[in-house]
Amino acid sequence: MSKYVGQNVKRKEDYRLLTGTGIFVADIRLDNMAEAAILRSTYAHAKIKNIDISKAKEYEGVIDVVIASDLEGKVKPFTEFVEFTLPSNLEQEIKPTIKRNPEPMLAKDKVTFVGQAIAIVVANNRYLAEDAVALIKVEYEPLPVLTDPYEAKKEAAPVIHAELNNNIQSHFEVKVGNIESAFRQADYTIKTQLKTPRVSGNPLETRGVVAEYEERSSQLQVWSSTQVPYMVRSYISKLVNLVEDNIRVVAPDVGGGFGPKCAVYPEEIVIPYLAMKHKRPVKWIEDRLEHMQSTRHSRDQVHDVEVAFKSDGTILALKDHFLLDNGAHNSFALCCAYNSAAHLRGMYKIPNYNIVGEIVLTNKTPNVPYRGAGRPEAVFVMDRLIYMIADKLNVDPIEVSRKNFIQPEEMPYETDLFYRDGTHMVLENGDYPEGLKQALNIVGYEQFRQEQIEERTKGRYIGIGVSSYIEGTGIGPHEGAVVRVDSSGHILAYVGSSPHGQSHETTLSQICADEFGVSPDQVTVKAGDTSLLPYGVGTFASRGAVTAGSAVQVASKRLREKFLAIAGEMLEVAPNDLEMKEGKVYPKALPSKFVTLREIALAAKPGPRSKVPEGMEPGASVTHYFIPPSVTFSSGFHVAIVEVDKQTGFVTILKYVVIHDCGRVLNPMVVDGQIQGGVAQGIGGALYEEIIYDENGQLVTGTYMDYLIPTAMEVPVVEMGHQEFLSPRNPIGVKGVGEGGAICPPASIANAVCDAMKPLNIKINSVPISPNRLRDLIQLAEAQ
Amino acid sequence: MKPPKFSYHRPGNYAEALDLLDQYGEDAKIMSGGQSLIPILNMRLSTPKHIIDLSRIDDLKGIRQEGNMIVIGGMTRHVEVENSDLIKKKCPLLFEAIRWVGHTQIRNRGTVGGSIAHADPSAELPCVLTALRGEIVIVSKEEEITVSPEEFFLSFLLTSLEPDQLIKEVRFPIIHESCGYAFEEVARRHGDFALVEAAAVIDVDETGRISEALIALGGANAVPFIPEEVERFLIGKKPDETILKEAAVMQLDDLDPEGDIHGSGEYRRHLSGILLEKALCRAADRAMEGVEI
Repeated sequence: MSKYVGQNVKRKEDYRLLTGTGIFVADIRLDNMAEAAILRSTYAHAKIKNIDISKAKEYEGVIDVVIASDLEGKVKPFTEFVEFTLPSNLEQEIKPTIKRNPEPMLAKDKVTFVGQAIAIVVANNRYLAEDAVALIKVEYEPLPVLTDPYEAKKEAAPVIHAELNNNIQSHFEVKVGNIESAFRQADYTIKTQLKTPRVSGNPLETRGVVAEYEERSSQLQVWSSTQVPYMVRSYISKLVNLVEDNIRVVAPDVGGGFGPKCAVYPEEIVIPYLAMKHKRPVKWIEDRLEHMQSTRHSRDQVHDVEVAFKSDGTILALKDHFLLDNGAHNSFALCCAYNSAAHLRGMYKIPNYNIVGEIVLTNKTPNVPYRGAGRPEAVFVMDRLIYMIADKLNVDPIEVSRKNFIQPEEMPYETDLFYRDGTHMVLENGDYPEGLKQALNIVGYEQFRQEQIEERTKGRYIGIGVSSYIEGTGIGPHEGAVVRVDSSGHILAYVGSSPHGQSHETTLSQICADEFGVSPDQVTVKAGDTSLLPYGVGTFASRGAVTAGSAVQVASKRLREKFLAIAGEMLEVAPNDLEMKEGKVYPKALPSKFVTLREIALAAKPGPRSKVPEGMEPGASVTHYFIPPSVTFSSGFHVAIVEVDKQTGFVTILKYVVIHDCGRVLNPMVVDGQIQGGVAQGIGGALYEEIIYDENGQLVTGTYMDYLIPTAMEVPVVEMGHQEFLSPRNPIGVKGVGEGGAICPPASIANAVCDAMKPLNIKINSVPISPNRLRDLIQLAEAQ
Repeated sequence: MKPPKFSYHRPGNYAEALDLLDQYGEDAKIMSGGQSLIPILNMRLSTPKHIIDLSRIDDLKGIRQEGNMIVIGGMTRHVEVENSDLIKKKCPLLFEAIRWVGHTQIRNRGTVGGSIAHADPSAELPCVLTALRGEIVIVSKEEEITVSPEEFFLSFLLTSLEPDQLIKEVRFPIIHESCGYAFEEVARRHGDFALVEAAAVIDVDETGRISEALIALGGANAVPFIPEEVERFLIGKKPDETILKEAAVMQLDDLDPEGDIHGSGEYRRHLSGILLEKALCRAADRAMEGVEI
């Protein structure tokens, strides 16, 4: 009975966002509010010999200046994020080495990356706070700087954190089949190195925290631009030692997260502490310079990979040893690294597989999962290999793909691996050969190949590149929903998953509305507030629709059943003989004899007028926590057509096509928007974005003049097609879609560029493909 | 990213502005659009005690023809140049180049005088002004002087402008209607600072031989560069592809572009040759229109 699910319902969020009436953290202004600014390290690796804050403290308008020693006994240091630790069966299976490596709130005896917070100034306004920051004198004693993970892992390398003994923070290995014998049977092998650089998620809204403490009732109110308000609440409670229920964390309108806002940062703990200390609201809004330095980065993997295959293109085995350059701290256990290992084979049957992952610490900003979280890196490796195999065998790359696809009749497909949530990694359904066929039909693959030959004779270099992905989405552990009808008859759905652009208010109201037979306008969705439900997780890892969507569906269904039971009492009709539609409940046989949702809600109240059937709790509300049995596997194909200017090395994207399967599409417009946005970020990774440090660990790409993000002018409109294999792993049949668009573009575009330059046999082993780099490759190839 | 404290002055007329400059010159910075100055202040890269905002001085605004010159007031916004019929007709090279200046929002605020005074080596206006052999009119309380781009642009972000001076107007010579012209640029993204750019004007005589060639390259040296040898070489030649190709790379050795993460010096030099060739070809094509040989 889906009337609204599957429809292009207009986004409820858009009116306020488009009229400038949204409220972001920076929009929150409170009486007597102070503002904070932060002194950050200008050294990548140095001892702190002395910090002189005397001048800053005396500066007019300054309320407080705190350094690490001021927090001792007041704010505990971070522990590692338990939310990311491995389930015990996965730990037993892969027996990883993971050293504890939590971040300090403020650097104390040493700094380990440029941008690390050292001191916080609280002043009457941000201008004065920044003036005072400039007055703090830090005496540094420089230490040797590590920016190359290969150097950092050497035995003789200086150790960044003495307690870890070396800079290899984590190590794990995953094995499937028999790699040695498979390599012996191979006709060919290819050995290569493939790199995905360090990038920054760059949400339009930077981080920001406002905290206000109300002493009368010990209530701490925190607004934070976060993806995970419950996690922020939990760590404030733990580290500042407060009763958890006295803390309310709200994520108001949040201008993007993409992963970098999916864990807790020092500022989210210390700013609330300072608000309590001074009994004054304190605001800290990260500026873009701080954002580039101190909001966690991502990707940064180097894979040394070897593939064994037969002359007909069948891949027999793949072995990979990769490094993840994690920067100075890792609080996320194996998150991205294990994702890369689990997803590297993608939709290909590779029976023998061996991958070793090492997370290495360097003097750079710490890493975090970012849209795709380990999959773009893995896909870049796998899909570049497919093209290299095709080159070696002199066949079209899509023939190699087709040869190795997992077939629809093999579904559900056991990968012989554990997933990160500790369950067996089994792909539930899908038809990959058909997906590729759809994508190639949209671009007119055969026709393009003809055109390509003709254009080459005219000196025009165009190429086509394909890439594919599977993605475990909708990870647990849970997400809850409270669905209730208030005394005015309006339906409310509260969820713990906190949105930052995903359209929760729209899509979740569609799900709820369909259960009650009303319009989505009669449902209000609230999220991003820890006072709504006791437990919540957050929005990341393409999990919103799967987890919160399912919770809303189940809670709505149960409340509907309860309302039918109450209506049955009111109308003296058996619930099975009742119909619920357009806010009314009536006997199927006699629609004119109805009660409204409002009347039922009033009858659900406890007391003498209650019509709640005996044995049923009073109240017009149902809470449900959805616990996914495992992740659901989305999949997709990206096809890029590009033109290369051979003289300048500039790449133009002529066409971009995506076919994807995210299970049931709740709202096509929202899904298309997610894919379009993801592709934009993926194009950034393919052609523009790279965080660069110099040999002293100084961030070279600290502003938007240096760190290039594609704009609307650089991003083509993506042509899309859908496959809709409903997931059996949740009641609404959805799979996650938030990250998918960002996963393939580095691979599809690199493949397309190589395809365009086929006459020169250019190999692209790293991104971004800047015009300078591509032109150098072209020149080198021409010289040979 | 908040600037330190400064005093803000917004003179209502020209004389007032010159008085303020006379008084605060050394400690002051002129704001004439603020598209570069505001980020510089916010990042605390410069900490002037006084900001003198020229935005209310009507005398410094406007576009007019004076003899064989198009005169643009220092506080004329880029968008006005972009929308000017006079510029389109009389100064088509500038008209073509102005669209390459940043984004619409930047062109709505940024000014012609501001861009000239900022002297970014890859900015479009200094390059066009240099190619056309224009003039910059500078005033202070004491005097009014006219200087050439060569005298004005000293080095990377450095000009001959003294602390008590401001740019009154910028004068672009009108090129003959029969001239061909072209402006070519490449940037990493739409609206970014150019990696390099080339401006060219070519005129041909009735026999189809080049009678005039005005060229400048931007972004390739610390100041806009006139490849004089190329200009001389072209005079009297027929603008066929071979000649223009040869001309485009003649003086690449005189370029010494700074490399950065967007492109090495060597790459920019290479691009300079490609862009100059494109600019020369397009300018020559336009010049040859209507010439029957």
